[in-house]
Amino acid sequence: MLSVERLETAYGVSQVLFGVSFAVESGQVVTLLGRNGMGKTTTVLSVMGVVRARSGTIAFEGKPLHGLPSFRVAQAGLGLVPEGRQIFPNLTVHENLIATAANRSGAVMPWTLDRVFDLFPDLAARRHNYGNQLSGGEQQMLAIGRALMTNPKLLILDEATEGLAPMIRTDIYRCLERLKSEGLSILVIDKDVKALARIADRHYVLEKGRVVWNGSSADLTANQDVQHRYLGV
Amino acid sequence: MTFGLVFEQLLNGVQFGVMLFLMAAGLTLVFGIMNLVNLAHGSLYMVGAYLAVAATAWTGNFALGAALGLAGALLVGMVVEVVALRTLYERDHLDQVLATFGLILFFNELVAIVWGRAALYTSLPAWLQGHVELFTGSRYPVYRGLVIVVGLLVAVALWYVVTRTRIGMLVRAGASNRTMVAALGVNIRLLYTVVFGFGAALAGLAGLMAGPIYAVQPGMGELILIQVFVVIVIGGIGSIRGALVGALVVGIVDTLGRAFLKPLLGSVISPPAAEAAGPALASMLIYLLMAVVLAVRPEGLFSSRGS
Repeated sequence: MLSVERLETAYGVSQVLFGVSFAVESGQVVTLLGRNGMGKTTTVLSVMGVVRARSGTIAFEGKPLHGLPSFRVAQAGLGLVPEGRQIFPNLTVHENLIATAANRSGAVMPWTLDRVFDLFPDLAARRHNYGNQLSGGEQQMLAIGRALMTNPKLLILDEATEGLAPMIRTDIYRCLERLKSEGLSILVIDKDVKALARIADRHYVLEKGRVVWNGSSADLTANQDVQHRYLGV
Repeated sequence: MTFGLVFEQLLNGVQFGVMLFLMAAGLTLVFGIMNLVNLAHGSLYMVGAYLAVAATAWTGNFALGAALGLAGALLVGMVVEVVALRTLYERDHLDQVLATFGLILFFNELVAIVWGRAALYTSLPAWLQGHVELFTGSRYPVYRGLVIVVGLLVAVALWYVVTRTRIGMLVRAGASNRTMVAALGVNIRLLYTVVFGFGAALAGLAGLMAGPIYAVQPGMGELILIQVFVVIVIGGIGSIRGALVGALVVGIVDTLGRAFLKPLLGSVISPPAAEAAGPALASMLIYLLMAVVLAVRPEGLFSSRGS
């Protein structure tokens, strides 16, 4: 469904990505792994069109995405949950969810406020609070809900559980499992290799802007060397 | 100094205030959301005034002329945004000031070429002339009363759009994080053009309503623009509520100061001294007010920038 080939991205003269290739199949959960500064976020931002890739191709459901402005990429069916959550602080929870909501793909069972509040009951109680009055976990739930309300075919989470308390992390992973079981494709970046190995189908490890390893969850769990060398586990 | 006179001047202050608000609403949105310093906002005020005068002469109908002037200002604003301002959003404020100052010169010359440099004076239709009696012994011009009503109606409508509609939510979301708004599938460039166009229409509305009260002439926009900047600095950049409160405060303080500071001073210091100091102080009042607000609340009375 998403196919990225030989992606190269630079910020000015400093090149960050040196030919990143990976693919997400429909219904799969795929991860990008690697230590900080290896190019995971840049990869996501390049795919989303927030940062312009210097070369390489990005195709989604067979249609090229590279070179498109980010709103077109999003309209094609990619829903972003960005690093740092970036919810709108001056909008209420309710407004954060509905401001950018859309159903461009004509989903039969589109996401509604009720469905989001069913997925994250904690958010329902905070519905009239402003974004800057939420805890980190609530902000992350809101960022996921906000992306879901655009009815994406592929959900992209950059640092899904960074800086969250262990119990909240468990909640987020439970939510991702539920979304997967409902057939949503997910691309996720996170540090929690154990949790990711449980729910993901395929993993790509980035090192200095290149994919140095990829394989299934079983491969990753078995390969102590990769975990130790590239992920510092 | 009778109560009736004070009340009338107070209404004049409110009337000047709502005109400032119509200007400030557009300017503060454009500055707060697009981070664009638009010195040419006064030109849109002037364009609205001239188009309304021309359309009124052409159609022979004041209301129709005003409607055409408003539509014209909206259109001119959107064209200016697409042609000239789009490329300036990512540039620093000095570039924006230079480019929009260029637009001021362009529009002033254009207007002078088309309509001449002399001031145009417009007459009101019969149904807008005359006075209403507010209470015994106090009469107020119908037209100025209408300006107040229109300004307050626009304020209510704007409040509704910004706080209650999807487009208002996107406007506020764009003010805090435009990259994220775009990454969620919203064409923020188009949104900017629409917002700018409506800001221009509001400036045009202020201009066309100002026509029958003040003179319609090249450069008329710059006279009011400085006071509009004072309003948005006092109110807080990007805040519609701040623009309304700031505009009413500036309008009332300025008007009352010009009317009553001299007689008030005259009762304290010698009449010749008051004669000299009164008008000088009156024209400084709003800037003194701005200085005080900046010292106490540098972000303005209602800051819109959430953290």
